[in-house]
Amino acid sequence: MSDSILKTIFGRLTLESLPLHEPIVVATFGMVAIGGAALLAALTYFKVWGYLWNQWFTSVDHKKIGIMYMILAIVMLLRGFSDAIMMRLQQAMAFGGSEGYLNAHHYDQVFTAHGVIMIFFVAMPMVTGLMNYVVPLQIGARDVSFPFLNNFSFWMTAAGAVIVMMSLFIGEFARTGWLAMPPLSGIAYSPDVGVDYYIWALQIAGIGTLLSGVNLVATIVKMRAPGMGMMKMPIFTWTALCTNILIVAAFPVLTAVLAMLSLDRYIGTAFFTNDAGGNPMMYVNLIWIWGHPEVYILVLPAFGIFSEVTSTFSGKRLFGYSSMVYATLVITILSYLVWLHHFFTMGSGASVNSFFGITTMIISIPTGAKIFNWLFTMYKGRIRFELPMMWTIAFMVTFTIGGMTGVLLAVPPADFVLHNSLFLVAHFHNVIIGGTLFGMFAGINYWFPKAFGFKLDEKWGKVSFWCWVSGFYFAFMPLYVLGLMGVTRRMRYFDDPNLQIWFVIAAFGAALVAVGIAAFLIQIFVSIRNREALADHTGDPWGGRTLEWATSSPPPDYNFAFTPVVHDLDAWYDMKDRKHQRPVSGFRAIHMPSNTGTGVVLGVLSIAFGFAMIWYMWWLAGLTLVGIFATTIFHTFNYKRDFYIPVEDVIASEDARTRMLATQGA
Amino acid sequence: MSSVSLKKDGLDEKGEPLSFYQLEEHHHPEGSSTMLGFWMYLMSDCLIFAVLFAAYGVLGTSYAGGPTPKEIFELPLVAVNTAMLLFSSITYGFAMLSMEEGRQRIMQMWLAFTGLFGLAFLSIEMYEFATLIHEGAGPTRSAFLSSFFTLVGTHGLHVTMGFIWLVTLMVQVQKHGLIAANKRRLMCLSMFWHFLDVIWIGVFTFVYLMGSLR
Repeated sequence: MSDSILKTIFGRLTLESLPLHEPIVVATFGMVAIGGAALLAALTYFKVWGYLWNQWFTSVDHKKIGIMYMILAIVMLLRGFSDAIMMRLQQAMAFGGSEGYLNAHHYDQVFTAHGVIMIFFVAMPMVTGLMNYVVPLQIGARDVSFPFLNNFSFWMTAAGAVIVMMSLFIGEFARTGWLAMPPLSGIAYSPDVGVDYYIWALQIAGIGTLLSGVNLVATIVKMRAPGMGMMKMPIFTWTALCTNILIVAAFPVLTAVLAMLSLDRYIGTAFFTNDAGGNPMMYVNLIWIWGHPEVYILVLPAFGIFSEVTSTFSGKRLFGYSSMVYATLVITILSYLVWLHHFFTMGSGASVNSFFGITTMIISIPTGAKIFNWLFTMYKGRIRFELPMMWTIAFMVTFTIGGMTGVLLAVPPADFVLHNSLFLVAHFHNVIIGGTLFGMFAGINYWFPKAFGFKLDEKWGKVSFWCWVSGFYFAFMPLYVLGLMGVTRRMRYFDDPNLQIWFVIAAFGAALVAVGIAAFLIQIFVSIRNREALADHTGDPWGGRTLEWATSSPPPDYNFAFTPVVHDLDAWYDMKDRKHQRPVSGFRAIHMPSNTGTGVVLGVLSIAFGFAMIWYMWWLAGLTLVGIFATTIFHTFNYKRDFYIPVEDVIASEDARTRMLATQGA
Repeated sequence: MSSVSLKKDGLDEKGEPLSFYQLEEHHHPEGSSTMLGFWMYLMSDCLIFAVLFAAYGVLGTSYAGGPTPKEIFELPLVAVNTAMLLFSSITYGFAMLSMEEGRQRIMQMWLAFTGLFGLAFLSIEMYEFATLIHEGAGPTRSAFLSSFFTLVGTHGLHVTMGFIWLVTLMVQVQKHGLIAANKRRLMCLSMFWHFLDVIWIGVFTFVYLMGSLR
């Protein structure tokens, strides 16, 4: 009797669900609990909760939301990287007689969590965060089209991240690989909560991603400063536009396919099952129809960053602006025509495989055009080797290697040999780290002074750079070799001791990357400590070319006291070149959106809803779902969502900027 | 390019100094992006249906020894149901016409009719689903039925959301009248409601009519 009551209340959650028998997890939990408690205590002691709530959590300012996305991404990077180094250590150890230190059950969760976290909760929030911060500034807007939706999107992404993190300590995560392919992810082979954690984390975060995509497309199409035609948009804004179009046109597919997998698991439908007429390969097709555009969602903004950085630090206008735009558009379209190259081994026949092989190879043409555009931008330029430029050059070398192994994999007969091997693992890390991640570091070093008013420390930035880049080569070049020798991915133990040396080299590379990450954190810490020395009072520390550098650093809440008027590509360069006069009087009150806590409330309710669905606590699921609807409807009854920044405040902050510029002799 | 003709000294073609700032406040009118944003949301929703249609296309003949469309679809019932949804779209159209003319009471009446037709549609659909499940043709019977129930059920879920939204908007119009914000919301729901109609025509054609031919 009491058993059934407990079951009604807690669903399938029992004391056994806590991984108390896994010493590694318990130790991690201990560390996280102590660290978390210390953090919460510190926040309470220094009385910053009110500040955080009023200035950050409820903020609809695109700049603050962008920074919150970046913080989320950096925190999750630490988790995702811990998974990576655990795998590298295990594979370097588990040879001959040694079983390593991770059992199969644990190892499978680690590689799944690593992939899911790195793509959805590191790369995506970083890309979204940078776009959120930079795009409205680049187009001379005061905020995004839908400021509340922006805040809500962030909290949905954060809620997904929280759900993934919960799986570490309550129950377990999926053991299926990052795409959770059925029938393995079906209820018959994965009866535990792992896949459900995966599904709900991605579904909830996916809502945030989709809405932020809609938001940024509307912003770029509708909110550009007067005079900024499509072909006068900064190239980062162009890549952001294409990326967000891809998000809007790809994420619904993920939502639908995960919903079908959930129905299979929860009510026993037969979409992807082995029996009752189900078709598991349909899942593989659908998820890659989302998954391939997803890789361009991650890399296109990085291409945009490299374009801005190359042009700024070469002191030249970007070579081939329009070809860059068209290359981006071609990649956007082609990204939908290549999904089958992820599973040539499905057996769809020579004609189908040839089609997808050829479309894949064609993508290397616009990508190659981009590389040449960057090279020609640098040609005869006066290149300044600041940190963003260093990351850009490392990208150009590394990404070219990754691109070439990609073309190799696009040849179906070669793919039959290399499919599912470590060669593939090396390839996609080569393009994601060498493309997206290097791009994000270039972007962080480039725009950090804009966001905070001081540059990042160069010495520690260089340590981080060299450790990351050399660490990457040490970690992944051995994997190319192993893949060519036929070693498959997702293995926790190897018999052949001849392979071990390669895994040891890879582990050494991972250790170097760990130093790189530590140096990055030290770089931020040191920069904050030395912020007076590193300060930039001009708002334009690099000699920038686009509108974000036209305002102060950090920009005021309203971004621009007067909306800029654009006459040429590289609008800010044009303004400087033609000796514009910054208006110092005639300011007006500025119309702005108000903060709201609805996004936080919906995020918390979504976490509870996801948790309830994962553990079959139906009463809680029903209750939180009603709560989500009630909160949403309640929110729509609030019609007063804006306010005016009083003109005195605008005058005060603009006068401060005038004085600041005067001291700089500008 | 016009920029080429601009002179370096900061004067435009007419010799006037170039302006780099908009000194007169001109903010984007509130809600100017809403229609575009909502269109994009609708297209993304359309993709969800596209995936469900595709799944039905792949699995629609996987009967697993269970019932076939011909055996379970009752076309007269579906025809009545379709009529309900189409009527609801017409009444919503009338509501929008009244809104344009500023006749709030008439508009509320048409919205109420729309809601009633929507409810009738949902009731008939639930009756159909209950009958099928009772006959042993539930969503777990075969992949065909899984994809059928999911496609039609997702549409029904959307209509349910639309109904809740409709009621909410009627309350808000009652409270605040036909202000710009409410007109914008009614326009969004209008697009949503007609969109569901279009999806249903696809469902009716590809699932029910074509199914009855097989």
